[in-house]
Amino acid sequence: MASGIGLAKISLAQSETPDRRAKWLAARRRAAWARFGLPLVGAATLLILWWAVIYLFKVKPFIAPAPEVVAQTLIAKFDVLASNLLPTAIEAVCGFLVGNIAAIVIATLFVHRKMLELAFFPLVVLFNSVPVVAKAPILVLLLGNGMAPKIAIAAVVCFFPTLVNMVRGLEAVSPQSMELMHVLSASRWEIFIRLRLPTSVPYLFSALKIAASTAVVGAIVGEWIGSQEGIGALIIQATYNFDSALLYATVVCGSVFSVAFFLAVRLAERLCVRWIPKGA
Amino acid sequence: MTPAIDLRGVSVRFMSDRAEVTALEDVSFTLEAGSFLSLLGPSGCGKSTLLRLVADIVAPSAGTVRVLGHAPDIARRQREIGFVFQDASLLPWCNVIDNVRLPLQVGGQLRGVKPRHSAEELLALVGLAGWEKALPHELSGGMRQRVSIARALLVGPKILLMDEPFGALDEITRDRLNDELLRVWRETQTTILFVTHSIHEAAYLGQKVLMLAARPGRVRELVTIDLPEPRALAVRDTQAFGAIAARLRAVLETC
Repeated sequence: MASGIGLAKISLAQSETPDRRAKWLAARRRAAWARFGLPLVGAATLLILWWAVIYLFKVKPFIAPAPEVVAQTLIAKFDVLASNLLPTAIEAVCGFLVGNIAAIVIATLFVHRKMLELAFFPLVVLFNSVPVVAKAPILVLLLGNGMAPKIAIAAVVCFFPTLVNMVRGLEAVSPQSMELMHVLSASRWEIFIRLRLPTSVPYLFSALKIAASTAVVGAIVGEWIGSQEGIGALIIQATYNFDSALLYATVVCGSVFSVAFFLAVRLAERLCVRWIPKGA
Repeated sequence: MTPAIDLRGVSVRFMSDRAEVTALEDVSFTLEAGSFLSLLGPSGCGKSTLLRLVADIVAPSAGTVRVLGHAPDIARRQREIGFVFQDASLLPWCNVIDNVRLPLQVGGQLRGVKPRHSAEELLALVGLAGWEKALPHELSGGMRQRVSIARALLVGPKILLMDEPFGALDEITRDRLNDELLRVWRETQTTILFVTHSIHEAAYLGQKVLMLAARPGRVRELVTIDLPEPRALAVRDTQAFGAIAARLRAVLETC
């Protein structure tokens, strides 16, 4: 009798372990599906809806194209799209670099010279409140018709979020850490390099992730105002020609680049910021 | 012999929006080199301000502060002072060993000079050998505080200032660290000034307990703790310890 109970227990334990493991694996598969599969389902739903609206309401091709027409255009006009994406990409990346480096330098000055912050921060806020479509013509007048004004516009739209976040990050140092540095007789430069700058890095990256997409928007808006090439110019051209398929294909190109830029910045963040535990 | 710390008629006043706040008023005391003094008092009695006077973080409004016979800023620049904060204040992006080495990387004059004890030796001293490469967020609160003690000891300071260093820890960890601190004190012969709001901690650690009263912060009484050396945790269960704790509590109630 006793041995029978023992055997039953053992067999229960044996059958339970693989079962629990299978359940755990199934749960993990469901989580992976939710993470990668569901966004695809969302995208597919949108495509089907788009397709359905075009065919059910018999929308004319110059008003809006069907998704498969856009796909065909993407392939057929790949050369045109790629040669127009390149200048936009250069403008966006250069503007991103110029705007963010300027913001980092000025944030550093603001943190170390409060007088400068008090004098100039209100002006920065005022300048930022002017919409980018209003700033763009001013910069085109100032800088001519080449890439320079587009880079300037992309830089200007990156500048403000990074400045605000960087000032916040550089000042996010705990009072105790500052006292520690004082007891260690650290110089202002050492405090900046060893304490303020590393503290600001996570704040900086939240701004850079925003800047990655706004820089692309800035470059495109710049191209709307007097440009022969670039995603922005192509958008204007396609619109005037009622070439809705090319318009949509151009927009897709711009978005794909924007997303790639964002992902690159996020990858850089993952590589740089390793000290913050996951989920914090 | 020059006393480690000597305060004469020291007052500290801060200006605030409404009125002038007196953090410390007419505080005088002398601390011999190599001794262990606990500072005990209710919140607002200026315990932390007193430590910050010695560390040259706060300047006195009146009176004189001498640290090892010098003005506090000279002692600070000569790296005679180690400070342990309530929060371990580690750099989260640096691993344990780099955090301990921080004092060698800032402050000029010590760069390149070999300290008496290596960072590795000090980590072993605080019981963290083998944790050199860990990042602060991978450690428990008690371990982080041990790292900050090792960091404070790296330059071989003559005076160690500790501002409620174990206040945020659980009692079991706190007891263990109390014992380890006493061992470190005996081995390094550093003068220790230890701020706490725990009567038991103050009595167990200190050779003497300086009791401060609040608003304004002032010296109430200097109590000598007459317990056999070296101390071990078991002493806290003795009648003698109970009597001392009761006496401190009685004084604290009048502060």
